Parts: sequence; structure tokens; C-alpha cells
Amino acid sequence: MDLSSINPILLVASIMVSATPILLAAIGEMVVEKSGVLNLGVEGMMITGAVVGFAVAVNSTSPAAGFLAAAVAGALLSLAFGVLTQFLLSNQVATGLGLTLVGLGMSSLIGKPYEGMKSPTLPKLDIPLLSDLPVVGRMLFSHDLMVYLSLVLVALVWAFLKYTRAGLILRAVGESHDSAHALGYKVVRIRLIAILFGGACAGLGGAYLSLVRVPQWTEGMTAGAGWIALAIVVFASWRAGRVAIGAYLFGGVTVLQLNLQAAGADVPVALLSASPYLVTIIVLVIISALGAHGAPASLGRPFHASS
Amino acid sequence: MIANDDVSFDIGRGEIHALLGENGAGKSTLVKMIYGLVAPDKGEMQLDGARYAPTKPSEARRAGIAMVFQHFSLFDALNVAENVALGMETPPPMSDLARQIREVSETYGLPLDPGRTVGTLSAGERQRVEIIRCLLQNPRLLIMDEPTSVLTPQEVEILFETLRKLKAEGTSILYISHKLEEIRTLCDNATILRLGKKVDTCIPSQSSARQMAEMMVGSSFATPEARGGTAGEVLLAVRDLHLPAPGAFGTPLRGISFEVRAGEVLGIGGVAGNGQDELLSALSGERAAPAGSIMLDGKDISRAGPVARRGMGVLSGPEERLGHAAAPDMSLIENGVLTAARSEGMLTRGFISWTKARTFAEEVIAHFDVRTPSPGTAARALSGGNLQKFVVGREILQSPQVLVLNQPTWGVDAAAAAFIRQSVLDLAAKGAAVVVISQDLDELMEVSDRFGALNEGRLSQTPPVASLNIEQIGLMMGGAHDMEVAHVDV
Repeated sequence: MDLSSINPILLVASIMVSATPILLAAIGEMVVEKSGVLNLGVEGMMITGAVVGFAVAVNSTSPAAGFLAAAVAGALLSLAFGVLTQFLLSNQVATGLGLTLVGLGMSSLIGKPYEGMKSPTLPKLDIPLLSDLPVVGRMLFSHDLMVYLSLVLVALVWAFLKYTRAGLILRAVGESHDSAHALGYKVVRIRLIAILFGGACAGLGGAYLSLVRVPQWTEGMTAGAGWIALAIVVFASWRAGRVAIGAYLFGGVTVLQLNLQAAGADVPVALLSASPYLVTIIVLVIISALGAHGAPASLGRPFHASS
Repeated sequence: MIANDDVSFDIGRGEIHALLGENGAGKSTLVKMIYGLVAPDKGEMQLDGARYAPTKPSEARRAGIAMVFQHFSLFDALNVAENVALGMETPPPMSDLARQIREVSETYGLPLDPGRTVGTLSAGERQRVEIIRCLLQNPRLLIMDEPTSVLTPQEVEILFETLRKLKAEGTSILYISHKLEEIRTLCDNATILRLGKKVDTCIPSQSSARQMAEMMVGSSFATPEARGGTAGEVLLAVRDLHLPAPGAFGTPLRGISFEVRAGEVLGIGGVAGNGQDELLSALSGERAAPAGSIMLDGKDISRAGPVARRGMGVLSGPEERLGHAAAPDMSLIENGVLTAARSEGMLTRGFISWTKARTFAEEVIAHFDVRTPSPGTAARALSGGNLQKFVVGREILQSPQVLVLNQPTWGVDAAAAAFIRQSVLDLAAKGAAVVVISQDLDELMEVSDRFGALNEGRLSQTPPVASLNIEQIGLMMGGAHDMEVAHVDV
């Protein structure tokens, strides 16, 4: 094995790129779950975002338009979930699973003509001073805009939930929808907004995969990233900071094991490929075992104003 | 269903007005209309002479109406200040709010720390959160829906002092209850509802509890017969039972010891959340207890599960009717099978005899006057009182040796409650040992031979009821350390 073939600067840089799609999807899903809704359709919304973002970016030659379209597509798909579960009171687990199947199927249909094409991608930012710093400049400050936006989004979600009244109401709805209703809050409306936000975030995460990380369209390219995002939310005990840790950990181990494979490490490839999943779950299980779990008390329970 | 039919009444400024009625008399629907949660089909309300028709609670709050709910609308995982903020229209920043909460809680003698997580508070403290949430908005009318059902006698005194102080400041209070003595000591006027109609008004301080009870029920009902039976051998003995809390918001059991003899009823009181549910699950076998801590007739049953204990004649009826005592979406027949399959011989080689199951359910229904369209009706579809009669009756009809009941008459109307209590007494008279856990002290005084109180998972001594007065009971419920006493600055 030749460890010197691994460049630490490139390693850290690619970790950030690899973590971003999962981080986007997970922070969105965290908000959804904080409002008391369990949307298992993250994978479906991600891949829909990936294909729609790719198609729009190719046709308009604008990656920004692609990201925007991906967010809208993810939100629209989640709206279907919202209407089904919040108004028609369908089962959240079954509907979420259905959403994933719809997303996977629909994306391969839409994506067929785009296979093998190359998309315009986001430019790397050249931040004055910061990007020119030795080592850290290339590691941390020479990425595309979405990497930083995703981190800003995590901070915003954290502050929103902790300090704003709207965030308090969202948490209250997730804790006890009956009490929130008794106090006169619009449970269904608040949950729909959260669901839409979650859908848009998952769409952005998908588009980041097809427009920046790969950047290409291949069928089923999310490869379980949506499920990892879901698991990260749970093991991160519904806290924004821990979601970021989980996403970066998963991204980090993914990139590291690819590098190790390339360097010819003397470990079975199957084990290396499984390692991101194992390490993320083990670390987050330890974190959540140390502290309170804090699952929103109304998570996954259907709400109707009459009961 | 008509919950309210042509009801009218008025409340003066600085008046404490009682709304009195049985469960299902329409009290809650009436106050929900005042609070804007339900819109009336007909009629109108006036507030200070102006027409008042709130379409949502926030409108009611803006008009100066605040409400303390019977089942607290609180969020366990949030802290006191956050809970208070959620109930306000325009809350100040959190740091100011915390200071205001401290101020109001000192002024009205309701000690409360704004930073505490609500899930860790006692029922009395939770109610203070609700009251303070209301008081911070300087309400003109405060609605209180059965505020004392979860309080110790001492806590009730603190609450009444607060309410009297509010009244002196000109706040009107609409006080909903079916506890007659409280209404007599606190309220200026009373409106009595029965089956959604206003049947009478009275001045509580000039009426006897008996008169008000008759207006409320509309007919006299049987009070359980007193009896002086002799107790037999010790059937159930609990010795130094320790059990850790089942979850983050549960209560650990700390060294509980008591004995119940054949033919005896042991009443266990205490404020909700002091280990009642945990004690029931330890006695029913849902949670295994340390070996040697629970003995039936001299035999150790601590490690036996619920089915084994049922086989030995130890039956139980938990508090939560839907979801714990009964499976909500299963029929009464199926719910009967769930606990009585073995003792009533409904099983042959693992197959259920539905004929026997139906007969058993019909027996319970007939014997305990359960109002249901048929034994095939889902448990969820029954009213609370009727389902309660079914789940208690189901256990009693199996003629248990030991019966443990938690809140057997919670939310049940007076006539049905009296019937359930009588059945418990009859069962004891036949030689069973009965443990009744309840928060209704009057009930415990009526049915128990001996009384003990739970406080933070510890059980007091269990002296004979006849030797106790209300002060002593209050102290037992308060446990070793005394309640924080109210300091009201008038």
C-alpha cells in the first residue's frame, strides 16, 4: 500500500464535496421531523432533484437554474406527500416509501435522454485572501457556492429552531399537536411548510450530486444517500450541529475508503465500501447513547383537528 | 348530538362563577365556545356589553379571556418559559419573559422556575405553568376547567388563595368542577348543567352539597353501603419494592411495602405522577420486580409475568382505558378475550371459542350496565364512562383473588362511579384483596379500609381510614418533605 499517494489537501477538499448532498437532505428532513412528520421519501425527492436539476441545467446551460428547478421539483413531490398525509391522513411510513419508489421510477424515465451527457457545473469560488492561504485555502476556501450555502443553512436552521418564535411553534407542533391545536396554532399548515422545506432541501442535495459531485446523470445515482440522510437525523438526536457532524463523517469515510482502495490497502474491498455506513452509525449511536434522545413526541402520528 | 341546548348565564366583574355538572353535561363544550375553539350554532355572547363572537382562541385571548385546560396543553420537552411563550400573542424576548414569570409567580404565591423542563414538573407545578401563562396576559375572564382534580389538599388551598386575590383585583373567573365542597367554599354563584341544558342556578354558600348534587344528577343515586367485614389472611404482601423509572419522565419506586388481607380494600392516594402507574405495572407483572418483593399468599410472584399472575388470580385494571386497559380498535368481545381467555375457559388447544367469548362480553355488559350498541362494537366507540365500566367489570367478573385498579372511576359519571365502587366493595366482601389507586380522595375514603399515599415513589404508612382526618391525609400525600407554602402578598 502506498499511503503517500493520498494527498491530504485534496482529501479534505473532496470530503466537503462528498458530504454536501447528504447534509442538505438531512437538514431538511430534520426540520420535517421536528414538526412531527416522518417523510421516508427523501431518497425519491433527492433523485428527482438530481434528474430535474440536470435536465434544466443542460437545457438552459445554467447550473443555478438547475438547482432552482431541483428545489422546486423536490418541493412539489413532497407536496404530494403532504396532501396525502396531512389532509387525507394516509399512513406516513407507507406514503413516504411510495414517494421513494415514485421518485426512482420517474427519474429514470425523465433521465433516459440525458444519459452520458455532461452538464455545466458550478464554478469554484475564488475568495480574495482566504482562497490564497497556503494549504487551508485549497482545503476549505476553494469550493463552489453550494458547499458554503449548505453550511450556512445548517446554522440558520439551528438558530431558527433555537431562537425564533416560528421555530418554537414548529417544535411545539412536533412535540404535541393536540396541545398546539388547543392553543390555536395551525398544525397542518405548519407541517406542510416544513414538508415543503424538506422536499426543497432534498432536491438541492440531489442536484448537487448530478451537477457537481459526479457530474453526470446515471440511473439510481443517489445510491441510498437519502436513506443515510434519514439515519443521520435519527442518530443525530434531531440536532442541527450533530446532523452536520454525521454528514461530514459519512462523506469523510466515503472519500477516505475510495482513496484507500486506490492506494491498494490490504483490506477487503467489500469491507472498505461498507465502512462509511458502519463508522457513521457507530459514531452517531455513541453520541446519541451519551445524551438524551429527544425524538419529537408526535413524530409520525397522524393529526386531525376533530380528535 | 346536542352538547348545549339553549344555555344562558352571566358573570359579573370580580365574580367567581361555578359551572357545575356531571361528565358529559356539556360544560367543556360551553367553555370551548367562549374560548373560540367551537362556534355556537345559535345565540350570542356579550363581553362588557359588546357582542363577542370569537372564531379562534387568539381572538378570545385578545379580548381578555384566558383558559386553564383540564388536560394541560403543555409540551413536555420544552421548558417553562417556552411553554408560556407559546400561549401568548406577542411574547417578549425570552430573558424578559423569564423575569416576568418570576415576578408573577412571586406575586401570586406560585413558585416556579422558568428554566425547568416541563416534563420534570409535578401535576401541581404544571398547572402553575398554565395559570401563569394566563396571568401574564392580564385576563378579564379566567376560565378554569376542573383545576383541582390533580392537586393535593394543600395545593388546592394555594390555588384558592391565588384565585381569591385575582377576584379582589377585579378578574372574573369561570370555575368548572363537579366537586361540590370546593364550589361551596370558593364560588359566588353557580349555574348547573345537565345533559346540555341549564337546569338551575344557586348561591353555593347558601346551598348544601346534597342539594347541589341532586340538581346536578337529577335523581338520587345509591351511595355505597358501609360495611364492617372482618379481614382474613394476608393475600398480597409487598416488601421493600424498588424499581427504577421506566423512562425519562417516569418515577422510580423507592422501597414500597404494604400488605392487603382477604376481604380488605387498600386505598392508595397521591398526586398524579408520583409512581401510580409504575406501582400498577409492578403489581400486574408488566415489569418484573426484584425477587422476594411481591408475595401472593406467601408465594413469591415478583418474577412472574402478567399472564402467569393472571393465572394465579392477580388481576389489574390500569388507568389509561384506551391503549392500556383496552385495545381501541378491537371489539368488546375481543377485548374480553384479551384478559379473560384463560380464566373463563375460552381456549381449547390454542383456539378461541367465540361463543364463550361473546357470552362473557354480554355478561359484563349486562351486569355492569355498559351502554353499547352490541358486544361487537369497537372499544374506541364507547364513551369513557361506559368503557371504564366494561374494563373494570371484565376483571371483577373473573372473581380475582387480588384485584389492583388504577383510577377506576376517572371520568365516569356519579351514578356509574357509585356502581363501580359498590362492585369493588362486593368483591372484597367475597374475600378478595383489592388495591385501589386513585386521585379522588372522596372515593378512597368511601371504599377503603386502610389508606396510604404515594409521594415520589415512596408509600406512606397505611393506617385504617377511620383514624385519619383530612390534614393528616394531606401531609401523607405531601410526603416527608413539606409542600412549598404559599406566600401571598395582599
